[in-house]
Formats: sequence, C-alpha cells, structure tokens
Amino acid sequence: MDILSQQKAPIMEALNNYKKMRVVPFDVPGHKRGRGNEELTAFLGENCMTVDVNSMKPLDNLIHPVSVIREAEELAAEAFGAKHAFFMVNGTTSAVQAMVMTACKAGEKIIMPRNVHRSAINALILSGAIPVYVNPGVNNELGIPLGMSVKEVEKTILEHPDAKAILINNPTYYGICSNMQAITDLAHRHGMLVLVDEAHGTHFYFSDDLPASAMSVGADMASVSMHKSGGSLTQSSLLLINNEVSEGYTRQIINLTQTTSGSYLLLSSLDISRKNLALNGKEIFRKVGEMAQYTRDEINKIGGYYAFSEELKNGDTIYDFDTTKLSVHTLELGLAGVEVYDILRDEYDIQIEFGDIGNILAYISVGDRRLDLERLVSALAEIKRRYSQDKSGLFDHEYITPQVVYTPQKAFYAPKETLPINESAGRIASEFVMAYPPGIPIVAPGERITPEILEYIQYCKDKGSFMTGTEDSKIEYINVLKEAEQ
Amino acid sequence: MNLWFVENHSPNVQFSMRVIEHLYTGKSDFQKIDVLQTAEFGRVLTLDGYVMVTEKDEFIYHDMITHVPMATNPRIKKVLVIGAGDGGTIRELTKYDSIEHIDMVEIDEMVVDVCREYLPQTASKLDDPRVHLHFEDGLKFVRSRNDEYDLIIVDSTDPFGPGEGLFTREFYGNCYKALNEEGILVNQHESPFYEEDALGMQRAHKRIIGFFPVCEVYQLHIPTYPSGHWLFGFASKKYDPIKDLDADAWNQLGLQTKYYNTDIHIGSFALPNYVKEQLKDVE
Repeated sequence: MDILSQQKAPIMEALNNYKKMRVVPFDVPGHKRGRGNEELTAFLGENCMTVDVNSMKPLDNLIHPVSVIREAEELAAEAFGAKHAFFMVNGTTSAVQAMVMTACKAGEKIIMPRNVHRSAINALILSGAIPVYVNPGVNNELGIPLGMSVKEVEKTILEHPDAKAILINNPTYYGICSNMQAITDLAHRHGMLVLVDEAHGTHFYFSDDLPASAMSVGADMASVSMHKSGGSLTQSSLLLINNEVSEGYTRQIINLTQTTSGSYLLLSSLDISRKNLALNGKEIFRKVGEMAQYTRDEINKIGGYYAFSEELKNGDTIYDFDTTKLSVHTLELGLAGVEVYDILRDEYDIQIEFGDIGNILAYISVGDRRLDLERLVSALAEIKRRYSQDKSGLFDHEYITPQVVYTPQKAFYAPKETLPINESAGRIASEFVMAYPPGIPIVAPGERITPEILEYIQYCKDKGSFMTGTEDSKIEYINVLKEAEQ
Repeated sequence: MNLWFVENHSPNVQFSMRVIEHLYTGKSDFQKIDVLQTAEFGRVLTLDGYVMVTEKDEFIYHDMITHVPMATNPRIKKVLVIGAGDGGTIRELTKYDSIEHIDMVEIDEMVVDVCREYLPQTASKLDDPRVHLHFEDGLKFVRSRNDEYDLIIVDSTDPFGPGEGLFTREFYGNCYKALNEEGILVNQHESPFYEEDALGMQRAHKRIIGFFPVCEVYQLHIPTYPSGHWLFGFASKKYDPIKDLDADAWNQLGLQTKYYNTDIHIGSFALPNYVKEQLKDVE
C-alpha cells in the first residue's frame, strides 16, 4: 500500500475547494447550504449543510465517476486490496443485492448458508435467482448457527454444478468465520463466483491477527460495511470486486437501484474513513481487540455469563473467530439474551448491538472508553445479582433447518392469502418473519411454516424481541401461498 | 499582573478568583491537573478546569461527607473511600481511633502525587498505616467486593469525565453488594440549583433509590462550588441518619471540627421545598 497516496482524500479535498470558490447555488438541494432551513442547520451544524451538495463537474458523479469519486474509489480499492471499490450510499444491503444480481440472472442458482441477512434473500426476490441453502453448523451449547463446513459446501457444489456463485458470511454477526480460503478455492475449481457478505468484517483488512478478508483469499466480490467498524456514516458502504468481475457491468447493476443523488456527506465519510483506516487501521484494531479481550475476561470472571472467543475454533464450521466481537451467552443465568439487552437499556442506560434468544452482542470500537467498558461489565454483574433465575424453560437454539418449497421470488409474488399466524402451520410462507436485529429470517418466502417455527416466533415475541418482516406490523397475521398454489 | 481563574458555573454564569501564582500544571491519562495559589482561597486544585478543593473551604465538604455517617454509626470499622485524591476525607476519617481499615480507590494516581506535594493540608494523613491506596477504577474495584464494608464514601468529581461511572445504577448496586448488613453509603450528590447540576442530582437520586431502605439527602454550602448550594446522599441498609444519631456519644469523642456539629447534622437533612420537589419528581 502506498502510504503517500493514502494520505489523500480526494472527495473531501474537492468539497473544501468547492467551498472556497463561494459558488452561487442555483441548483439543488434547495436548502442552499443550509440558509433555507434554519432549524435543520442549527441542529446538524453549518459545516454539515455546506457540503450537502449536488453532483457537478468539480465534484464528480456517483453514477458515472470520472474524477474525484473515481480517484477516491481507486484509493479504497488499493487500501482493501481489490481490483475496484464502489462507494455505496444505500447501505450494505444494496451492496449485497448488487453482488447477487451481478453474479446471477433470473433462474440461476446461488449457493448460500441459510443464516444470511435478509438483504441477501431480498436480492433473490428482486432477481429471481434460486437459492441452494447449505445448512450452517450449529453449536448446541450456545444455540447459534456457525459457518459452513467445507464438506457440506463441496457436497452442495457437486449436487448443483450449474450454480453460478456462492455467498459466504465473513464473519457472522457473532464473529464466526468459515474456511474462506478452502471454500473460495473449491468454488473457483468449479467455475463459481465467490461473493462475501463482510457487513461485519471491515477490520479484517487492517490486521494481521484477525481472520482472513475476502480479497486476501481471492474472492470475487465483497460487501463491506464501512459504517460499522470502519467509522464512516451510517448507510455508507463499499462493494469490492476482484478477478474477472466486470467493473462496468457491476456499475450498471448498482445503478439499477441506487440513487442518482448520492449524498456527499456519505461519500466524503467513506473517503475520510478509508484514509484513516489505511493510515491508522492496524493500531486502531489492535486497541479494539485489546479492549474486547479485557472486557471478555472481566465478564467471564463474573460467572454465569460466557463471553466466547477463539477457544471455540474447530477447524471447520468455526474455522476462525473475530476477537473484536464481544458475544456473550446468557442462558446459564436463566435470562434470554434479549432480556439482558432490554434490562441494560431500561435500567442501566446501556445500549448494546443486539440480544437474541441465548446471547448478547456488545459492539466494541475505537470510540469506546475504558470507563464505559467498566460500566458494561458492572451492569452485567448487577444483572446477574438482581435478575438471575432458574434456567429451565428457556428455548435453547437459534436455528431451525428450513424446508424450502419455492424460490423466494415465486413465493413472494404468488397468489396468497392472509392467515392468523397461529393457524399457518403446514402452509408455505409468502413473506419473512425475523427478529431485528440480527435480521436473519426465521422463515423466508417459499419456506414451509412448521409448529416448531411458530413456537419459536411466539417465544421471541414473549421475550420482547423486535419482530418484523410481515405485511401485518403486529406479526399476528402472515401471508401464505393459496392452497391451490401448493 | 492581573491574573484571574475563571470557571463557568452555568453556561451563563462565571466564578473567578484572583490568582497569585500558577504553582503546577500537568496532564494525566485521565485529566488536566492544576494547582493555583489564589489571593482569597489559598491553594486551589482544579481538574479539567473545575475547582475540586480550596484550602479555605475544603473543611465544609470533608467534615460533612465524613462525620455525618460516623456519628450515625460510631461502630464503623471498615471503610471504602472512592475518589478523594486530595486526601481530605481520609484526614477526617483517621481522626477516629475506632476505624481499623480504610481502602481508598482513586483512578488517577497523579492527583494524589500532586496533592501530596502541593496540598499537604488535605493530603497529610494518606500515610496512616490503616489507609490502603488502590489506583484503579472505582467501579471495577467495588465489583469484586461482597458484604465487606461498614461505610462507603463516594467522594467523586462530576458525572462527566473520569467520575462518570460513579453516578450509575450499576455502581450503586455494586456498592450495596459491597456493604455489610449495617452498611451506609454516602455520596457526592451534586447541586440542585443550576439546571445541568440539578439534572445530575436527580439522576443520581433516581439510581440510588430502590437499592436501599433508607435513602436521604442532606445539604451544605460550599462557596467555591456552583451556586454554593450542595447536596450529599445518605443511603443505608439499617441506620436512619437522624433517629439513630447518638449525639452524646459523638460529642464525647471530643473531635475538633470546623463545620460539623451534631445540631447541624440534624439540620442538614431539612431541605428547601424546591429540592424536595426535585427529589420527589424522580422517586
């Protein structure tokens, strides 16, 4: 990596120059550098408003970058070791969708683990690609889905040699990684593209101690949430491409759904964050890893909680572990993760990333202070003292193997009817049900609803999980395929 | 030379003191530390630009944070003091021969070093053999203690900066756990007067109540603190600060104090209506 060029931030520099030119704006946005919206300017700050500007020659254009955005994208590609990097302003969701739609056309197969984020299955609804699910490994003690076993992947590839691509989570929400190198090599031997959802893996590109990144093992595309561990603004993201993937075609696919008015707040935040990561990333993530480890050790000293880490590695479905993640198993205290999540916020003013059935995840970043880590540990100690109870009666797993009957697109657009969710067992879902976060579908369009799934949904609701996915906002009704369609 | 120290007591109010000499300035891992020689208040310790202790009025703070719980339960033997880097609280506690063990937990060792050198008036008793210094986060220290102390004194800075963790529900809960069944918790409880301080005061109160059966607030006036009107919290598992006060027993000890006496002990728990209302709002 060329440190000298990485010190540049072309979009930021162009915006600074543009401000100095004191151009009179007779273009959008209509707030005209904030003057037309005093309350918003007072709230967000004048600096922010003066760079909320339109695409124009000196500032380039996101839908067809030729100057400063192009240069910033090339610097990002260099920093991440990719052939090209696309700046994305509609979240990693849009990056995942662009990957899937670039790799597969309607009717073509894509292999993926079932514990993908909803954005991947949404991409299938949009594109009409057909998912072939690989069941992830499951850790029964922790009740969480893991990575994909190389053997399972191989079996699936042999059964579906016509699949165009394989999608991998690197890492999962909990920090678990599959054997990226082996799976990538295997897929390439069978002529399949390797797409990687790195929504939680930005930092892998800036450390020698963390799991391998997608680009480092030669994967073809990766969606990287710069706004998570990378420090950019929410909704900004990178799509990386490598090898033979066409830059021009990928750009066309992105432009199918991405805004033509890319926000310069988001774009400049990507540019500045890339610069920071390239120059300081290693030191930043060394510190983050150290803070996560300290907190993990302190939480494990409390007793009852299990803040898990590298000791789980098994050479396959937990090939590697992201030690910057602070995932904590809570069921031994007789508390569901989502209960601990709620108590932390309601009683202790501590907001963590998510709580699900058996675990919580606290997101540690360079912005954390030691005293805040102490607060988290002390609050968990207090929750144990005040709330722990008999653990019988708690649901102990997160993952139910799905029965896929139709493709997501076919099921989503098929003739359907609405049923009370409790009466839907045996029918085929036309929509999602999931707890958000983490946003991994419990049931996805085209899958058969089973009594076990209904029991699990009811349990999540009882424990206070935030449920979403159905047309009915209360998740009391669900759309299923009409009987004749089944 | 016309040199003045200025502190904002609210966004719209300033307090200043004429400075004769800037004796010390330094930056620790946690905060900026300064010692000033002032014309009116003698030596003054400031942290991040906020007055912590002055030689002229420190007796008020240290008398009231120490003698109120000690007179309520004269059998106190084991004490945990959190914060208190200037040593004033320790100085008052060491006046009691009955105290056997004092743990003092201060996050910033540099504050103690600076006070030993520039503020011997308060730091004089830090070498008492009963005093055990621990330089670590108070929240962390108390987490591992169980059923151990007769008294915990939280002599902290404000609820922002390094003292933030000492105004939280998890901290008060951990203190409850660290106290024995006769335990008393006394804490620096901020001021009810200016809006920002009052919010901190209400937050602290809200987070303490619920843990302790006895939960009172008492007042004192400190000329160099914002508005001068200041509060301490008194929470306990057993003792009521007024009903259980044994005034005769305390007076027989014959301790020399400049602010505290057993009449003011009782009087300090009588609160103005506006303070009562603020407390009631969060109860």
